Amino acid sequence: MRVMAQMAMVMNLDKCIGCHTCSVTCKQAWTNRSGVEYVWFNNVETRPGQGYPRTYQDQEKWKGGWTVKRGKLKLRSGGRFKRLAQIFSNPNLPTLQDYYEPWTYEYDMLLSSPLGEHTPVARPKSLITGKNMKIEWSANWDDDLAGGPELAPKDPVLVKIKDQVGDRVKMEFEQAFMFYLPRICEHCLNPACVAACPSGAMYKRSEDGIVLVDQDQCRGWRMCVSGCPYKKVYFNHKTGKAEKCTMCYPRIEVGLPTVCAETCVGRLRYIGLFLYDADKVTAAASVENEHDLLQAQLDLLLDPNDPAVQEAARRDGIPADWLDAAQRSPVYKLAKVYNVALPLHPEYRTMPMVWYIPPLSPVVDALRDTGNDAEDVDNLFGALDTLRIPIEYLAELFTAGDPAPVQSSLRKLAAMRSYMRDVNLGREPRPEIPAAVGMTEESIYEMYRLLAIAKYEDRYIIPKAHAETARDLEELACAVDYDGDPHDASGPFGYASGRPVPVAVETFHALKERQTSEVLIPLDAVRMNLRSWGGGGQSDDE
Amino acid sequence: MTASEILLWVALPYITIAVFVTGTVWRYRYDKFGWTTRSSQLYERKLIRIASPIFHIGILAVLMGHVVGLLIPESWTNAAGLSEDAYHLMAVGIGAVAGVCTLVGVSLLVYRRRTTGAVMAATTKNDKTMYVFLIAAICLGLLTTIIGSGVLGDGYNYRETVSPWFRSIFLLNPQPELMAESLPSFQVHAVAGMLLFIIWPFTRLVHAFSAPFGYVFRPYVVYRDKGPHDAGNHAPKRGWEKVG
Repeated sequence: MRVMAQMAMVMNLDKCIGCHTCSVTCKQAWTNRSGVEYVWFNNVETRPGQGYPRTYQDQEKWKGGWTVKRGKLKLRSGGRFKRLAQIFSNPNLPTLQDYYEPWTYEYDMLLSSPLGEHTPVARPKSLITGKNMKIEWSANWDDDLAGGPELAPKDPVLVKIKDQVGDRVKMEFEQAFMFYLPRICEHCLNPACVAACPSGAMYKRSEDGIVLVDQDQCRGWRMCVSGCPYKKVYFNHKTGKAEKCTMCYPRIEVGLPTVCAETCVGRLRYIGLFLYDADKVTAAASVENEHDLLQAQLDLLLDPNDPAVQEAARRDGIPADWLDAAQRSPVYKLAKVYNVALPLHPEYRTMPMVWYIPPLSPVVDALRDTGNDAEDVDNLFGALDTLRIPIEYLAELFTAGDPAPVQSSLRKLAAMRSYMRDVNLGREPRPEIPAAVGMTEESIYEMYRLLAIAKYEDRYIIPKAHAETARDLEELACAVDYDGDPHDASGPFGYASGRPVPVAVETFHALKERQTSEVLIPLDAVRMNLRSWGGGGQSDDE
Repeated sequence: MTASEILLWVALPYITIAVFVTGTVWRYRYDKFGWTTRSSQLYERKLIRIASPIFHIGILAVLMGHVVGLLIPESWTNAAGLSEDAYHLMAVGIGAVAGVCTLVGVSLLVYRRRTTGAVMAATTKNDKTMYVFLIAAICLGLLTTIIGSGVLGDGYNYRETVSPWFRSIFLLNPQPELMAESLPSFQVHAVAGMLLFIIWPFTRLVHAFSAPFGYVFRPYVVYRDKGPHDAGNHAPKRGWEKVG
């Protein structure tokens, strides 16, 4: 056993209202630069829908992730030699059109046009070519099922389950089930992007499992972009380097949650630690039957309360405060103890570490539409057994098509709903409800506290980067960040060449202090941006 | 031996080597972040799917041809029982195919660059200058192949002049007279080649040194310790940062 720690996230999809606050704040913090205009480290997709980039889940087409051939784990895009042979042009790379062509508007026209008969208009201008353009797609073109009957049927997940449930998809689709899927990098235990990188520039941090790109070592071969089945590594077309979600590591290192989690209005994100057995990752990802992958992934996660695990963790250099954080980890509780959170597309075999609690609301809505009591536990259980479409769809997303774990998770959520309704209405609580889903009254109440009350300090159990190295973490170099006019950032050998500009102006420890302080600390001398915003104080962002 | 011959066939080669080596080392230490292929595949993929492999495979074959033609003395191939005629036929045959591939590839790439708005917008002055030198060297090289083979003119055995001169530079015993007596087309190609190597470290051509052979040997998943974040904790100092 080799114990490693993994910073992971759980998202409770029932609470996502699709407001895109996470996407916007993430973009403000990380990708509001030239070269990554089209990049959303965090994006929110409406399901059913094509996703971003379009149809990225269709691995027959994009060849992301891993497959198993004769018991051996292999990248779907081919082995090492094949990849090197394709180095002069990557056959599986999406083009900008598969994401979307970013644009701005000619705002200046509104102010500077001379007086005339017609109202001046701000025409869209491509941020790539600078020319006028026709807007035909964006990161959220099919938001809220926009263009429904035309666009949504191209959803690769819908296409896949069509074989199983046939035309009923279409029929029930018109009764509209819909939910939102916020996505960030999965920070996988078995990352395909890292495996595909020819330069060895991508790596998994051994302390917390965050997957990063070494900007100085990246040579722009783009194999990570095509290797990632979630398409969560992006190519900065100005710098010629790969960029990706960093899990806001400068914040995580001082105990602050990521920007997307911090700013989520639905408070649906949970961040905490997993301890896992690094020696068993490859074996778990190589399990032959796709339906066994979820269990294999769960089996990798070690019980932080098990004395043998604690002993091994200490031996493998996991600090005591991290062990403590792992014991209190909300993500461990949701994934393993309550067993309600599921990984996204385990069949990609990357062992993703962003987990999702499937949404009960499509089922509740459908039930309510039939005129039944949608909070009644028997009605809900019955609906979960009969409403095949949403279940099959969710199963295709979270369990490689196996409906049982999705049903089990939703039954627990339904039980929690019904049980707590009795409690809240002052009626006699019915212990048989938790018992029906294999839980106790105590555990279902704890789960309710975590999911429904969702206190800040319960959602985020983030141990600081260990004390010995903390001094070094106060200010971080960030080679990818260029402020100001992009033209000024152009170095002698092309965009952003030359020495990296140190931009770590703020100390995150100070920000953590300000955020947790009772009094409002003035920000006079501190320049502030969203990467370090903590909800306290005020931003004087110019 | 005129002054200009000394300048061209002794001074220029050593200047080239000096600039190429120190320039590359300096660039690597100064500008690791700018060291990339600067791929434009994101903008356009249909043409690049064909043009880029043709060009790169072509130019790698050209490189191999130069290594064989310049470094292996004629006496060795003779001793191996390969007649001058047979060698010549082989060299010209392979060389012409490789050269034409390279030229077709680079022409397609330049066409793509000109006609795709996004790629054109991403083309820097540095790139354009580099293209001039690169294409000049390729065209002049093809010309020497044609002349050397006897398709045009009488044919020419460069392995009696150009190749010994090339080796003499590296043996620190330069023999400019050998080069001075070779054909003008070879002389011009040699100068164009040297100029290309002089600008090489300062262009995107440096990505040639990044051929990722290590990928074959390393484990798939790379783990790294966070380590101390020293670089970037302070403004860059004068002089070189510690590498690695």
